[in-house]
Amino acid sequence: MKVLVGIKRVIDYNVRVQINREGTDVIKEGVKMSINPFDEIAVEAALRMKEAGQATEVVVVSIGPGAAQQQLRTALAMGADRATLLETDDEVQPLAAARALMNLVEKEQPGLVLLGKQAIDDDANQVGQMMAALWDKPQATFVSGLELDGGRIRAVREVDAGLETVEITLPAVVTVDLRLNEPRFVKMPDIMKAKRKPLETIAFSELGIEMPPRLESLGCEPPPSRSGGVKVDSVDALVATLKDKGVL
Amino acid sequence: MAKVLLLADHNGDSLNVSTTRALRCAAALGEVDVAVFGSGAGKAAEAAAALQGANRVLHVDRPENASPLAALIAPQLAALAADYDVLLAPSSTFGKDVLPRAAALLGAPQISDIMEIVDERTFKRPIYAGNVITTVRVPAECKIVATVRIASFTAVEAAATPAPVETIATDASLPDHTQWISLQASGGDRPDLQSATRVVAGGRGLGSEESFAMIFQLADSLGAAVGASRAAVDAGYVPNDMQVGQTGKIIAPDLYIAIGISGAIQHMTGIKDAGVIVAINKDGDAPIFEAADIGLVGDLFQIVPEFEKALGSG
Ligand SMILES: Cc1cc2nc3c(=O)[nH]c(=O)nc-3n(C[C@H](O)[C@H](O)[C@H](O)COP(=O)(O)OP(=O)(O)OC[C@H]3O[C@@H](n4cnc5c(N)ncnc54)[C@H](O)[C@@H]3O)c2cc1C
Repeated sequence: MKVLVGIKRVIDYNVRVQINREGTDVIKEGVKMSINPFDEIAVEAALRMKEAGQATEVVVVSIGPGAAQQQLRTALAMGADRATLLETDDEVQPLAAARALMNLVEKEQPGLVLLGKQAIDDDANQVGQMMAALWDKPQATFVSGLELDGGRIRAVREVDAGLETVEITLPAVVTVDLRLNEPRFVKMPDIMKAKRKPLETIAFSELGIEMPPRLESLGCEPPPSRSGGVKVDSVDALVATLKDKGVL
Repeated sequence: MAKVLLLADHNGDSLNVSTTRALRCAAALGEVDVAVFGSGAGKAAEAAAALQGANRVLHVDRPENASPLAALIAPQLAALAADYDVLLAPSSTFGKDVLPRAAALLGAPQISDIMEIVDERTFKRPIYAGNVITTVRVPAECKIVATVRIASFTAVEAAATPAPVETIATDASLPDHTQWISLQASGGDRPDLQSATRVVAGGRGLGSEESFAMIFQLADSLGAAVGASRAAVDAGYVPNDMQVGQTGKIIAPDLYIAIGISGAIQHMTGIKDAGVIVAINKDGDAPIFEAADIGLVGDLFQIVPEFEKALGSG
């Protein structure tokens, strides 16, 4: 079984993002970029399937600028077999991304598509569900436990009420949550080896996908800031302040 | 007036509070019909009908809808939404699972987590773990499909007279590739984290599952719900449904007490709308103090029992 894993190049989760002076976008120049942490977990999950003899090939795909090759190389260094970049400098919104990934699914015919449950830049949490709809296949989202058994997957999902278990047949789309696994660190020799693994670049515009309506961005602003608080030096002062504020 | 369809999150008997809050947003956009997908979920449908802002409740009743499965509900929802200008769902895990699947079937882009309505086609939403707010507009002639950030809206009141409930039977064929197996809920009789007015939360600073009992005790003496940081969940002190933050629950209690939590941005995004934030942490430089209204620097193992005692005597 071939596993297709989607990864997105995003600003590293440790960076404090800044809005540009025009208020149109966040500043991405000169900022550390990484694989979206949820997607890294998806890559790890695919690699473990391959190591367990459940998957035959792990293909990673990214939609983004040429520089996203770095993130694809990292995934190859982790152990993925080959990579495809659907290259574009434009912002690709979730429905367009889902259509583009479906284009690749038709070509690659994977048995399983693994994605992060959301990207930590736009926090949309949509692409996996949209792909599953367009593909007309089952989905298991927010997954923190995954068991592959022949043509079926038993998935444990993190939902508001607790942990939900569902069973789906393959092919399917699974989106992963943070607690599924801890991604491996890449080692130097693997980085060298990854340089020789195949990485194909396809211009996004040449996919010929029908572009859905776009949400128009009217700008960015910082969130309302919380006014600075006070420090108290004892439990008694804490209780008194809470009473003062009317919350006790 | 715009025709709005709101997807209800419920358990068959009652509505999830996310639904009553999302209805506040929905009602501001037009005339709202609430869609309740279930199997004999009459009670939940009636609960929806009893809310101010509900014009009609559509109870889509069939055995396959007994479990909240996106692959089954999304096609029914998309078909139902054809006649509406706006399709909304709460940003609960159920809403997040179903709505993008319906949006894709409708060929419409989706806005995730509306936090503010600017005008009938323009909305604010958080990105970058809530560190940036972006304003987006849905192009004309495109259906508005969106999830509603629960913490940004208050629950609607009860209606003077209940709205009509219509039971809808559909026989559209549904896929059988997805089976619901079980739900392991931590439950308990403590207040619900998402609607509680007071929340006490613990982090890695608690050090063990045993010590985390202190948090439950303090919460009980305050009548508060219990939350946790991701580190506390990862370490196995408490189950996942208690996690607060970017990947957990986004909450807006009047009082939030963070104990042994450093205040990482991914955690803080979950409590931006809280009324008063209290931080108890032994590290005076912990980022949590930048956002806390009241900070107390010190050892939680000393402070928490003292705090509980003060509440008991007070
Ligand atoms: C993509 C992504 C999503 C994430 N989503 C979330 C999320 O939804 N929610 C979330 O919480 N995190 C999330 N995180 C993790 C987040 O970055 C932090 O790692 C996490 O919040 C840290 O938890 P903590 O504050 O309990 O632990 P730590 O950061 O280890 O802090 C422990 C604190 O306890 C204090 N302490 C220790 N002992 C004592 C004592 N005896 N008395 C008093 N204080 C003490 C320490 O001073 C320290 O400040 C996410 C991370 C990523 C990458």
